[in-house]
Amino acid sequence: MNAQTSFESAISGDQKERLVVIGNGMAGCRAVEEILALSPDRFDITIFGSEPRVNYNRIMLSPVLAGEKTFDEIVINSQEWYDENDISLISGDPVIHIDREACQVVSRSGKIASYDKLLIATGSDPFVIPVPGNDLSGVVTFRDLDDVETMLSAAKNSSKAVVIGGGLLGLEAAHGLSLRGMDVTVLHLMPTLMERQLDEAAGFLLKSELEGRGMTIMTGADTAEILETDNKVSGVRLKDDTVIDADLVVMAVGIRPNGVLAKASGIDVERGILVDDHMVTSDPNILAVGECIRHRGACYGLVAPIWDMCRSLAAGLNETPKAYTGSVTSTKLKVSGVDLFSAGDFSGGEECEDIVMRDASRGIYKRVVVKDNRVVGAVLYGDTQDGNWYFDLLRNEEDISEIREALIFGQAFASGGALADPKAAVAALSDEAEICGCNGVSKGQVVGCINGGAHSLDAVRSQCKASASCGSCTDLVENLLALTLGDEVEQGAKTMCKCTSFGHDDVRRLILEKQLKAIPEVMQELHWSTPDGCSSCRPALNYYLLCAWPGEYVDDQKSRFVNERLHANIQKDGTYSVVPRMWGGITNPRELRAIADVVEKYEARMVKVTGGQRLDIFGIKKEDLPAVWADLNAAGMVSGHAYGKALRTVKTCVGSEWCRFGTQDSTGLGVKLEQMSWGSWMPHKFKMAVSGCPRNCAEATIKDFGVVCVDSGYELHIGGNGGIKVRATDLLIRVETEEEALEHCAAFVQLYREDAWYLERTAPWLERKGLEWIKSQLYDDPATVPALAERFRYSQKFSQDDPWAQRAAGDRADLHSHLGSVPAGPPADGVLKLEPAT
Amino acid sequence: MSDWVDICAATAIEPGMAGTVPVEGADDIAVFHTIGGEFYALVNKCPHKAGPLSQGIVHGDSVSCPLHNWKISLKSGEALGDDEGCTPTIPLKVEDQRILLDRSAIIALQAA
Repeated sequence: MNAQTSFESAISGDQKERLVVIGNGMAGCRAVEEILALSPDRFDITIFGSEPRVNYNRIMLSPVLAGEKTFDEIVINSQEWYDENDISLISGDPVIHIDREACQVVSRSGKIASYDKLLIATGSDPFVIPVPGNDLSGVVTFRDLDDVETMLSAAKNSSKAVVIGGGLLGLEAAHGLSLRGMDVTVLHLMPTLMERQLDEAAGFLLKSELEGRGMTIMTGADTAEILETDNKVSGVRLKDDTVIDADLVVMAVGIRPNGVLAKASGIDVERGILVDDHMVTSDPNILAVGECIRHRGACYGLVAPIWDMCRSLAAGLNETPKAYTGSVTSTKLKVSGVDLFSAGDFSGGEECEDIVMRDASRGIYKRVVVKDNRVVGAVLYGDTQDGNWYFDLLRNEEDISEIREALIFGQAFASGGALADPKAAVAALSDEAEICGCNGVSKGQVVGCINGGAHSLDAVRSQCKASASCGSCTDLVENLLALTLGDEVEQGAKTMCKCTSFGHDDVRRLILEKQLKAIPEVMQELHWSTPDGCSSCRPALNYYLLCAWPGEYVDDQKSRFVNERLHANIQKDGTYSVVPRMWGGITNPRELRAIADVVEKYEARMVKVTGGQRLDIFGIKKEDLPAVWADLNAAGMVSGHAYGKALRTVKTCVGSEWCRFGTQDSTGLGVKLEQMSWGSWMPHKFKMAVSGCPRNCAEATIKDFGVVCVDSGYELHIGGNGGIKVRATDLLIRVETEEEALEHCAAFVQLYREDAWYLERTAPWLERKGLEWIKSQLYDDPATVPALAERFRYSQKFSQDDPWAQRAAGDRADLHSHLGSVPAGPPADGVLKLEPAT
Repeated sequence: MSDWVDICAATAIEPGMAGTVPVEGADDIAVFHTIGGEFYALVNKCPHKAGPLSQGIVHGDSVSCPLHNWKISLKSGEALGDDEGCTPTIPLKVEDQRILLDRSAIIALQAA
């Protein structure tokens, strides 16, 4: 105790108040700087730090890891600063105890320092996920210079790194290790990178960019354990049993406030150390600042709020109150060559308006969220030049109604006076100015084309190609139409939905031309005006992509209508109906028994014979669906797709096997047609029928594809409908053999799949395109029918996997279960408990 | 006693999807996770014909009811566009990656 006291007297020689700071990081030192600025001679200052070095800029560790900066370059306060300000720095010796009664702190080595004011700036700890192997050699966090040095030595001696966490820190670590020559895989639990800062569209662009740089990005990746060989990391195993080899594992899943010391001393801590607007804790002599605190319910992990806190802290001590009221934060990713900015709230909402601009050719995505004429959030990717401007507008809550129209184009454009009116801006362009970069069309050419009779967007697109490719100049072309024609602009073909200026045909064509293979990619490349589409375009795009890239595109469940997501038909009471497939409408005792058993076991309230010759079981709860399917599967039945924009049923009559009028084996052909085409997704539902003679008992002439058997062969009919508007089929062709009937059916189905608009049945499609067009598409070139049929068969390879069997085996159990349940209440003891999901 | 009921991990619901919490003596609660990353809780019942909103397509901050395609704001529970009606919302917060629902709002549903 004596030796320690002598140290204490050495640092408190005069009458100044004694300020002790726990933490030599960015927050602690910045607070000291602010205090020195306001009250230079008031305190005798001692700073304890756990790291054996002076104060440095922790944010710049990423560039150090990447080799873009050295440690010396990121030092904020060198030893001279401590000396000049008479600050005693005790580094490499963390405080381990606070004695509030005696107003003293004790360090690990036993040093004691007395205080009048104590400042806690212990920052945060990296969160280490609780999985087996997380303490192995070769597992590091990314928090301080020691971690960086561990990573750098690993990069010298080994080749494979796994970074767990696809947030800001994780991606910066991954980037650094990749530049240091390591083979890097990023594992991210959520489906989108940096989901807290980025929306889906920007997250997708970022993922593509990083993958282009050679990193492997796995989203939805849930780590199960870290594997070892000889006590060292050898890989990571995910919950789905994927194994990724690794010599180095970096944990960068997040941080949590370090309030351990404060809590042990009895100060109020709830997640973080609780502070008031002047950073004073529940003990009036103790202040806290930085990532270790919780202020008005919020914890912060970024630097800007910490600077604000430090100013309020110094002001409070100086009795010149300037309260800290919380911060709006912005984020920039420090990965060289990737420009990314996000700030504020970009989750949208009903009073919020999204202004989206996408420029696919330059890889730009900008989204500004406006509420009550004020900017409330912004996400910028590819061009972050205006990030600070938007951030200023946001923080200052400036009224942007005057510059609303030009806001998205950035500060230069919006502040350009007359140019703030986009129409005026277009009018001011010279005739040589390029309007459409994709097709090299100038303003003069577009105006010439309009004056030549192209009075609609579509007409301009087809005649001079302006805005016909990526569509980013659509606004410019529309403004030119309005300037040139005034009110005479003709509204063109209907767009897919209000999220896009393109119609269905253009979207389908561009998906193929530009090789677009994911929904966010389509939305980016085709300049969607909403961040994630709507309930009209999402299912349509999902179908178009599925049709364009069979076997390659992964179905997006969140873009599926409920029936197709749950593989059953929703009813008005929220229960579901289930229709097992009965090939050609034929069943047997085993199937009927299984259906009867299901009806009793799951208390289905009704069984109904459908118009398509199937049995429909009504009143099944979504939780029971997988068990129902397991029972039906056990009797050999698969999904009947009665719920889908898909091949529904093939209805048949008994044909030549039983009927005295039958000319061909209509049931046999019906079963073959159904086996060929079941499971295929279509623009809309698709029904077929085969009648054994022209009496047409199977009603083949009101089906999408109908076969009427005749003595000489088979009449193939198309485009019938028995729905709201009854339409009899048109005859497509007569063929002689079953094989030909099957081949022509496959070709017709594929033509419909590739050409029709989503939610367009064959009848309106045929009326829109004309029977002659369909015939000419199929038969002008004899190679077409086999080619279409082959494409259909290829796509069927990936769709004839019974979805019921997958779900019965446990796939996507989350879609059929509850999160948990709340029991009867309110309970007698007033405590409401949640029962866990079973 | 805390005023919040812990429902599940935030990762239990994929962005763009919703999960359900049955409440004894009241309608189910639907918990939504938007593609933009926000969480909301509403009574799982469309103001139009009581369709299960949890099964709808989630886009932006709204959900389209699976029965008749009414669009409901996840923030306010109000029907959007020309439709009129409102579904009760339940205050929700996410803390330490857990989804918490307001206890008193749930008890109020049970008492109603």
